[in-house]
Amino acid sequence: MVLFLAKRTVGLLATLLAVSIVVFLVMNVLPGDPVLVILGIDSTPDAQAALREQLGLNAPLLERYVSWIAGVLRGDFGTSHSFGVPVAGLIAERLPLTLSLALSATLLTVVLALALGVFAASNHRKAGDWGVMTLSQLGIAVPAFWLSMLLVLLFAVRLRWLPPGGFPGWSDPAAALRALVLPTVALALVQAAVLARVTRSSMLEVLRLDFTRTALATGLSRGRVLWRHVLPNALVPVVTIVGMQFANVVTGTIVIENVFYLPGLGRLIFQAISNRDLMTVQALVLLFAAIVVTANFVVDILYVLIDPRLRGRLA
Amino acid sequence: MSARPSLPVSLVLGGALVAALTAAALLSLVWTPHPFAAIDVANRFQGPSADHWLGTDQLGRDMVSQLMAGARTSVAIAFVAVVLGGAIGTALGLLASAVGGIVEDAVMRLADFSFAFPALLFAIMLAAVFGPSLANAIVAIAFINIPVFARVSRAAANQVWTREFTLASQVAGRGGFAITVDHILPNIAAPVIVQATIEFAVAILAEAALSYLGLGVQPPAASWGRMLSEAQTLLYLAPQLAIYPGLCIVAAVLGFNLLGDGLRDITDPRLSRRP
Repeated sequence: MVLFLAKRTVGLLATLLAVSIVVFLVMNVLPGDPVLVILGIDSTPDAQAALREQLGLNAPLLERYVSWIAGVLRGDFGTSHSFGVPVAGLIAERLPLTLSLALSATLLTVVLALALGVFAASNHRKAGDWGVMTLSQLGIAVPAFWLSMLLVLLFAVRLRWLPPGGFPGWSDPAAALRALVLPTVALALVQAAVLARVTRSSMLEVLRLDFTRTALATGLSRGRVLWRHVLPNALVPVVTIVGMQFANVVTGTIVIENVFYLPGLGRLIFQAISNRDLMTVQALVLLFAAIVVTANFVVDILYVLIDPRLRGRLA
Repeated sequence: MSARPSLPVSLVLGGALVAALTAAALLSLVWTPHPFAAIDVANRFQGPSADHWLGTDQLGRDMVSQLMAGARTSVAIAFVAVVLGGAIGTALGLLASAVGGIVEDAVMRLADFSFAFPALLFAIMLAAVFGPSLANAIVAIAFINIPVFARVSRAAANQVWTREFTLASQVAGRGGFAITVDHILPNIAAPVIVQATIEFAVAILAEAALSYLGLGVQPPAASWGRMLSEAQTLLYLAPQLAIYPGLCIVAAVLGFNLLGDGLRDITDPRLSRRP
């Protein structure tokens, strides 16, 4: 187990290093000139030279990468060209909102998907199963940003139950939570459609196994067998998908924050793009990619915790 | 099972949706009820009528014409991105399978690694460097297709390499490239085509999201995603503008997903008995 953890951790660090190199190369080597993009092609050479110096673009590539990544490791993501403040500060202000949104959406996804998946599996080949599968096929096809607009139309414009967007800040927790309801639901419904399918088919596999029949034969209730015996054994594929979905939800927040005007990292990335603020974009892309990679790493570890049989094989 | 199994429902339904989408996209090349970008401010926010079947938008542009032009954009971008990414990915997968060893490991490691960059992040990086454009969106969507096709084609090709006719070819002295072209490629076509159908759906969703965010199709070109982003500012005034483009996206994505499922059911007999 220790060996397995050590190997995976080394793998994670290597991947993160590779991610940082790719992000840096894409942002710095592709033939676009950030100075021209920021100032426009009719700017004076003097202004271009000054900005180039200010952005530190004159140093050799390797030196720039090393100084950037050394800063990142100390929590220093450089200075935002458009906001004029350290990028780390911008991130720290906005991270709680994005993380709350991603975590609450993932939680809601899992709750909805397990309920729907178990319901569909226990009603296999009946109307309930068919209904869940049809909903799920539709849900997979709905873009989260359009679902958001429909939710706003219904719950904000028509019923006026919830705000259509914006964020009042954490000082009023009730208002903050109300502002997060629709974004969370929009993110979760689409992901739950996928996860409910996976849960259903994994449950159906386990339902066919001998121990399920034995458990039923000993007189345990059907509900108890489903939730206590079948579901835990059906979780391995479910956990894999949840890990991938957490990554989807995190990048999904980029879109959803823009739909609901939420001041999180996703909004920041778009403000940074329209201001041509490369340092901020670079830091945020690295952060998002790192979250995706780390989520996959956590899934690998969870696997082994859930299914002890994998321990011997993987270590 | 009956001697002659009927076509799966998903295949028929998906095929119909995809056919309708493709027909609308092709028709828009030669005919739309009105020029799709024609502005007619006097007739803005019209309801459905004989002249404007689904009404007009905030600039008096005809809704049906814009939706048809949007279908063309969606199909064209998805096609270019999936063919580009699919060709590169399949070539890499075939190479990995034919050569094996370090090359195979390297290709698969790269495929694993590239999952760290969802299309949106990739498009964001490109937009920051080059400014937002349609080309960036296509490159970003094509890029995420490469690892998907590399994995599918390698897995399928590895199976074909163990079959007798491939072994016989090897014994007869044919090289890896010739065997790949003559025997492997035709035998992995089915799973690759199924994957391509599903990736079409993914690409249509990705294009819609990128255009919605302003990172894809630029005005005045029509795009469902961009129509939705314009409609969002008018949700209180003209909610109907937010409905039709979304329904089109759902129908298109649903169509390709169902078609992919159906094709998989008829090309992979092992799955036909699945629950």
